Amino acid sequence: MEQKVLIIGAGVAGAEAAAQLAENGIRVCLLEKSAETGGNVKNWVKLFPDFTSAQDVRNGIFDKLKHPNIEVRTGVTVHKLAEENGQWIAEDQQGNRYEASAVLLASGFEPFDANRKEELGYGIYDNIITSIEFEKATKAGQLLTTQGNAPKRIAFLNCVGSRDEKVGNNYCSRVCCINAVKQAIEYKELVPDGEAYVFYMDLRMSGQCYEELYRRSQQDFSVNFIRGRISEASGTIDKRVQIKAEDTLTGLPLKITVDMLVLMVGMEPSEGTRLLARQNGIAGEYGFAQAAGTFLADNQTGKQGLFLAGTCKRPLTIPETLADARSASLQIMEYLK
Amino acid sequence: MLLESSRTFIEFLQDTSLFITVKSSHFISFVVPFYLGCIFLFSVLAYKYVRWIRNISKRQRRIMWRNLFSRKSWEALKETFMESLVHRKIYKRNPLLGYMHMSLAFGWFLMIFFGKVESSIFNHSLLDDPSFAIFFRFFVREKGLYPGQNTLSFIMDFLLLIVLSGVLLAIIKRFRSQLMGMKKTTRQTAIDKVALSALWWIFPLRLLSESVTAGLAHNGSFLTQTIGNLLVSIKLPLESMELFVWWAYSLDLCLFFACLPFSRYMHIFTEVVLIFLRKLGVRTTENFNGYSMVQLNACSRCGICIDACQLGFSAGVDNIQPVNFVADTRYRRLTAEVLNDCLMCDRCVEACPVGVESTLIRQQIRTKKVDENKLFYAYNQAEKARKKYNVIYFAGCMTHLTPGIITSMKKIFEEANERYWFMDEDKGLCCGRPLRQQGFIQQANELMLKNKELIVSSGIKLLVTSCPICYKTFKNDYRLNGMQIMHHTEYIDYLIKYGRIKVEKSKLGIVYHDPCELGRGCKIYDEPRRVLQSVGKLQRAEYERENAFCCGNTMGNSVLPSEKQQLVRNEALDMLTKSNPDILATACPLCKKTFAGGNRVKVKDIAEIVAENLEKSSNFEAE
Repeated sequence: MEQKVLIIGAGVAGAEAAAQLAENGIRVCLLEKSAETGGNVKNWVKLFPDFTSAQDVRNGIFDKLKHPNIEVRTGVTVHKLAEENGQWIAEDQQGNRYEASAVLLASGFEPFDANRKEELGYGIYDNIITSIEFEKATKAGQLLTTQGNAPKRIAFLNCVGSRDEKVGNNYCSRVCCINAVKQAIEYKELVPDGEAYVFYMDLRMSGQCYEELYRRSQQDFSVNFIRGRISEASGTIDKRVQIKAEDTLTGLPLKITVDMLVLMVGMEPSEGTRLLARQNGIAGEYGFAQAAGTFLADNQTGKQGLFLAGTCKRPLTIPETLADARSASLQIMEYLK
Repeated sequence: MLLESSRTFIEFLQDTSLFITVKSSHFISFVVPFYLGCIFLFSVLAYKYVRWIRNISKRQRRIMWRNLFSRKSWEALKETFMESLVHRKIYKRNPLLGYMHMSLAFGWFLMIFFGKVESSIFNHSLLDDPSFAIFFRFFVREKGLYPGQNTLSFIMDFLLLIVLSGVLLAIIKRFRSQLMGMKKTTRQTAIDKVALSALWWIFPLRLLSESVTAGLAHNGSFLTQTIGNLLVSIKLPLESMELFVWWAYSLDLCLFFACLPFSRYMHIFTEVVLIFLRKLGVRTTENFNGYSMVQLNACSRCGICIDACQLGFSAGVDNIQPVNFVADTRYRRLTAEVLNDCLMCDRCVEACPVGVESTLIRQQIRTKKVDENKLFYAYNQAEKARKKYNVIYFAGCMTHLTPGIITSMKKIFEEANERYWFMDEDKGLCCGRPLRQQGFIQQANELMLKNKELIVSSGIKLLVTSCPICYKTFKNDYRLNGMQIMHHTEYIDYLIKYGRIKVEKSKLGIVYHDPCELGRGCKIYDEPRRVLQSVGKLQRAEYERENAFCCGNTMGNSVLPSEKQQLVRNEALDMLTKSNPDILATACPLCKKTFAGGNRVKVKDIAEIVAENLEKSSNFEAE
């Protein structure tokens, strides 16, 4: 019988793994819950740390899906995944069954729902947006408040839904710090005479070129960094945003009114990740899927034939996800031999 | 006649020819331990009660004396009967547990009462020797001496049977508490164990003593005589046993009386004192005083509060429940952890059959000593109201963290055409409660005084607040005479009732969570429900109103780690979402934030649900 691999999720991880497997002569069925492939990366315009066009990266990844060995099915939400007699069976809402010898779970993350931090006023007051909405807004090359003006002063708040005991997410989402630096620079490029403030707990500039970008944001773009979280944000009568925070370097409380507040939302396991991980007994920390080993079995699970790739395991950047997907496809090929 | 009836016990013994087997007076020396126990017990009780009552503030004592000769004393007597003897509240909770307490307390009381009737009839005097009633069967060994003797003997035997059944249940409860509807029972101190064993032995010993005498003198009734005959039939040396068992009975009574004031059984008398003090107008104040001591000692350590505590059943914290806290305080071994780790939700107080206000006593002990009372912060001052308004709106600092409630309230005020002054719009103000809960009473008082000046100088007669914590504080601690204080649920209910806002009934299934401070704290249960019924379909929760769960978040607990808090929250969410509601409605910003963090169901404040379902007025449509 012909070997076939089922991949759940056609984001960066799923697509890259599918391409790698297809190249090596393995038939792949790629299931995606949305109407089109692309995952979270389809929201992005430019990518940190070097402002690469997200479209170029998307083309580079998703063009490879036009391979005769790859069958892409969109609009398919897998709600049951289980092993039956050595075969893996995925079942969607309509009761369609997909059978394969191995499964790669690449169901990824979803951004933290900022409504859950009510004190930050998201969804209640105007001009409070998430980092994803910032991307969407700047697609057309301009940034406007709801009143239709360019914001003269903008604030970015890090760690919304990450490193926050109160919402139950104690982990770091890893990409928001550098993303805030990137978006602050983009804002300054759009509004050169505007003021940008980034509120942070600490800045985790761990990737290549991150530290340099952070330095440039201050030196070349005069972005202001304030160490301290925002405790409350509220709307003013003229639809601006009043922020209460504490500058923990000076130990003083501060109030500032800005035209726009951007909430750097973190990563949470997607609904599919939570559900399928739970079903297969591999639900780990915070609902992410748990690999069998931290060092030597990061793509395997406790179950034969069930593999993991990408942000269904933990927050990852795009280059890390690509590398992880390739590593997973190697493991799968090894398994199918 | 008077002389005749008041003859002493000794004279009686000398006069009587009833003592056929007992020839000389030294044999009845077994009454001595009983007397010693009694004297010791009542001296200690008198000493303690006088000391505690003197430690209550003068003002309250004056109120107490004034009420002593009023209807209130009668009410106290009634409550004593219903609670201390019949144990109505425990009975309501679990019939078997209620029966156990009632048979012991009321049964014993009736035995003393009928025993006294018996001995008074026999001696033609109400002032006869007290011990005569206690050891009656030993002294009165013949039948047919006076009318009704058989009936009274029957009653006494019957009561003894009832009490013995209670003792049996108590023994079962100690080893299998689940049978009495209690998941957990309490830990005992050494003196408790001695007192408990003494108590368990009193009635079996009495049964044995009376049965032995009945076997010899045939003066028993259905129970004691039957057992007496049985003892005769198995040829026990009853003559030599008799004095020995009566001595044992008296010694056991003595032992129990001696232990009583230092054991949990102190509650037997102290509960009566507590009921009287409470009915006569004594109240728990800010400072730990004699009334607190009375409350601590009125705790019977029944452990009913253990099952009520969410920190116990949800978060596995098992050493802070009132029964432990009260015992620790009484025996001076209270730790900061036991003192501070409490949700202050009052579920335990609601469940307590004695009505010990343990959370208020916690609050008293938390009050900081004067030298800790240093103020490190200056508080923002709000501006005075400059225009003429009808309503003060005080959102509260917690509500500022849930701005959805504020925008909804603004919408509702506008819809009702209310001229309102948003007193804490600048967020600088605090009602003072968080400081009070952490024991900073002096600082809280300073803050409250400033707020009060602002409120009074505005001349407004109605204050609406969105936070139940502020609500309770304004209502109870501010003494804003002539002002009406409303929580926004009451206010919205009032607006709907008088047609000032109109709402549309949606198809949403709503379950309501009673916030501790609003429900148990201020007894506001109906208004929020009425409002919710007018905007959706109200579903019932398994535990609601007085028995509602706490969300797990509180300003009163500064030591509970967040994982444990989340365990409490999750169990509350499990309970509330059983009926799969579309919305979990709350009326407290703290509850809202806590439940929203659980990410299980859409959580909304009543104000938000109302604001979303306002029937649009005509000028609104034109817009």
